Amino acid sequence: MKRWALFLPFAIFVLLGFLLWRALYLDPKDVPSALVDKAFPEFNLPTLIDKKPRNVADIKGQVHLVNVWGTWCISCRVEHPFLVKLAQGGVRIVGVNYKDDNDAALKWLDDLGNPYVFSVDDEDGILSMDLGVTGAPETFIVDANGIIRHKHQGPITAGNWGPLEKIWLELSAQASTAIKTGE
Amino acid sequence: MLRPLFFMASIFFAFQVQAIVDGHEYPFTDGTYVENYTRAQLFRELAEELRCPKCQNQNLADSNAMIASDLRRELYKQVKAGKEGNDIVDFMVNRYGEFVLYNPKIKGITLVLWFGPVALFLLALLIFFMVVRSRRKQSKQDVKDNVLDAQELQRVQQLLHKSEQEDK
Repeated sequence: MKRWALFLPFAIFVLLGFLLWRALYLDPKDVPSALVDKAFPEFNLPTLIDKKPRNVADIKGQVHLVNVWGTWCISCRVEHPFLVKLAQGGVRIVGVNYKDDNDAALKWLDDLGNPYVFSVDDEDGILSMDLGVTGAPETFIVDANGIIRHKHQGPITAGNWGPLEKIWLELSAQASTAIKTGE
Repeated sequence: MLRPLFFMASIFFAFQVQAIVDGHEYPFTDGTYVENYTRAQLFRELAEELRCPKCQNQNLADSNAMIASDLRRELYKQVKAGKEGNDIVDFMVNRYGEFVLYNPKIKGITLVLWFGPVALFLLALLIFFMVVRSRRKQSKQDVKDNVLDAQELQRVQQLLHKSEQEDK
């Protein structure tokens, strides 16, 4: 037997060790979304506050964050102040109020501030199902053409906004050049 | 006389079939007996084969997560309406990705999953036979090395002869 072959078991051990070590830092909940790069699903839902019907056309034309939230969701309360801050900074956020109590949701917006351009009332969770939502909060970055470009699971915080901001800025820049060239 | 007729009739006319999944009853009533029966069966199969997207290691039948009960309800609705199993699976995959399938389809990204173990087994077999062959070759070589040529044989005989004489 050749001499190098004696090192084969050691090499396999190192490889396996590396893979297992890497796996320690992977998040098994970070499931790839089936909807990235697909069109935002059709919907027709009333808004939370003025009950005006909204559909997918209402989120086209500009880059939006679509944020799925509910008053029953504790992490939503964690991320809410940051969303308010983002909205003040000019980020357009659309809310999807996921299987929630109407009065509780309205009180929440009154008490904690309303970062949303509008929130639709997804009482039966139909839109959320079409979005493949597994739990709140979840946030989608949707470009000006209504295509979902990114999905973020869990609360958005100052700590993890960085990479999301980059995507948002890129898409916004694309949208404004498209407007300038009249596309 | 009447009984077989009754039985036949019950097959072709509406008859309720119950699927019991995780203690909950899911009645199927909309079709004929045969349809209801196959739908109940399909519902049970899919509830066990589809994975809860939230809880990772439970299927829809086992999980108590909100999303799992929503999806169970959706599944029930679709099966009850007579939708095909494949269409329902597509519905789920379009929303939650391949992840929801405990029985993933064979395609580019799942090839390693499906054939990885077989490939590893074949590799192990290959290594095993290579080792066996090289050892067999080695032992043949050893035997060959141990066969004495004429000169060596003569010397051995001389030595033996000598020692015999010395013993005397």
